[in-house]
Amino acid sequence: MSTIVVHVEQVGGAPRRASLETLGAARAVCDTVVATICGDGAANAASGLGAHGANKVVVIEGAGTSPDALAKDLAAVVKEHGATAFLVGATSGGRDVAPRVAALLDSTLFSDCIALDKSGDALVVRRPWLAGKLLADMRTEGPVLCATLRRNTFQPGAGGGDAEIVHADANTDFLAVLKDVAAKAADKLDVSEAAVVVSGGRGLGEAENFKIVEDLAAAFGDAAVGASRAVVDMGWRPHGEQVGQTGKTVAPQLYIAIGISGAIQHLAGMKTSKVIVAINKDADAPIFKVADYGIVGDAFEIVPALTEAVKAVKAEA
Amino acid sequence: MKIVACVKRVPTTEAQPVVSGDGTSLDQSGLQYMLSFYDEIAVEKAVQIKESVGGEVIVVSLGPTDGSKEMRECLAKGADRVVLAKDEEWQSRDARATAVALAAQITAQGADMALFGRVATDRDNAAVGPMVATLLGWACVTDVIELDVADGKGVAKRESEAGIETYEFSLPAVITCQKGLAEPRYAGLKGIMAAKKKPLDEVDVTVEANQAQVVKLSPPPARAEGRIIGEGAAAVPALMDALRNEAKVL
Ligand SMILES: Cc1cc2nc3c(=O)[nH]c(=O)nc-3n(C[C@H](O)[C@H](O)[C@H](O)COP(=O)(O)OP(=O)(O)OC[C@H]3O[C@@H](n4cnc5c(N)ncnc54)[C@H](O)[C@@H]3O)c2cc1C
Repeated sequence: MSTIVVHVEQVGGAPRRASLETLGAARAVCDTVVATICGDGAANAASGLGAHGANKVVVIEGAGTSPDALAKDLAAVVKEHGATAFLVGATSGGRDVAPRVAALLDSTLFSDCIALDKSGDALVVRRPWLAGKLLADMRTEGPVLCATLRRNTFQPGAGGGDAEIVHADANTDFLAVLKDVAAKAADKLDVSEAAVVVSGGRGLGEAENFKIVEDLAAAFGDAAVGASRAVVDMGWRPHGEQVGQTGKTVAPQLYIAIGISGAIQHLAGMKTSKVIVAINKDADAPIFKVADYGIVGDAFEIVPALTEAVKAVKAEA
Repeated sequence: MKIVACVKRVPTTEAQPVVSGDGTSLDQSGLQYMLSFYDEIAVEKAVQIKESVGGEVIVVSLGPTDGSKEMRECLAKGADRVVLAKDEEWQSRDARATAVALAAQITAQGADMALFGRVATDRDNAAVGPMVATLLGWACVTDVIELDVADGKGVAKRESEAGIETYEFSLPAVITCQKGLAEPRYAGLKGIMAAKKKPLDEVDVTVEANQAQVVKLSPPPARAEGRIIGEGAAAVPALMDALRNEAKVL
């Protein structure tokens, strides 16, 4: 009987999509999935996790304000259940807590995995090296396979039943503690979460011209604005929007690159997107080598026309 | 205050890596190296903290003796000395083996604080910093974009999906550095001259065996050949048609 512990993150009682995807990935390779969940609204979110593949949910009361205390709570759940693997979505919080859990379990960590499979009794993960220039299939000789799973890569768990729900007390012995969260504007999607990413580069000429990128993103509704490093370095856009080797890795359904040349470091961050569209006035720009669809020409002419076309389609729906 | 900045030598971001004949490792011939991008930020922030509160900046690296060029750069940019834990196999170590080796060096230096890059741009695990903190029982904040330390206490900000998070902690602590925390300085002639006189100590270490085993290393599948739909705004209807009826993403 193999057991995997999946840490589920939730916002206001709704589990993150990345967590549901991680439950789905775990469900496919083991007998028993134990989910952990904490924070305000955890009890609400817990009741729905059975349907996404959890057999049991451990609600950790009071945890969530200290990553080191949370790591101890999670490691304890892994040990208590004799789990062979610990998984969490590769979100900001997931990537923060996972190495700590791994260290407490005397195990190493595999970050941002894009596949999880069974090979005999062992689990094998696939993960990018050198920003995806190579893919490594890996297994562990350590006690627990600890991994974070890349977002938008695994199918959310579905078709499960009811899960047993138990409660545990959080560790109160902490080192670093969260004092404040200055929330983002509610309608602002993170590039790494959005189904559609519309990115702009130096080709836009100046910061104000990002308006055409923002308008196109707004027309989609579920889109986030991304940026190349060149425009982040010039201060046109915040670093949180940077896509690439030294920014965020994204894998949306649709990635639209506007006035971006397609440098190797940029490609590393978006090459696994499902569909890539490039708009660039230089027909020889390297971005066209990875784009499914390209339009050669002036962004200031093409993008507003595309925005209108997308608006028309959305209005029909 | 004694501040350790941990740095890793990694292939340049322009590198086009090749798989060795064994199918499980990276062909190292022809690779060019650099300090991992975020580690330079860690060194800079360590030097800035020293400049404001006093103390010593010790750069620690698990890496090859070949890496001394990159280590001298850190000295030229204001670090006081380097401890190079010699390991010719540094590139193939897993996160845990690396963390255990670095934690021992940090303890040996009697550091109050250790700064790491957010992630090393070769294996992209973003694991070693928080692992070291956990092994040492130290506080840790990752992906930090703002940091203040005074009187044995620290406040650090990081960006998550939720927004900007502020953490408080007491030293000793590990901080992993995100872009924006500090802008690495240029070395300058004075720095380069001074670096020649600063100590670069090579120490022998035994690194524990990897838990992580590579089953297979391969280049990613090539994307299916795309196409240029057309030129200018006139191509928009054809693009919309492709997105809706062919790719079915709209
Ligand atoms: C260590 C390191 C890490 C890096 N990390 C990253 C990273 O994470 N992300 C990243 O993006 N880059 C990264 N880079 C930088 C990268 O090498 C490129 O410099 C950068 O991506 C270029 O940005 P760009 O495409 O916006 O600008 P450019 O390369 O200047 O391209 C601008 C493009 O706009 C087009 N254009 C101009 N005018 C118009 C117009 N009117 N309409 C349509 N098209 C137009 C041009 O034809 C050109 O192709 C990194 C570099 C290094 C050394």
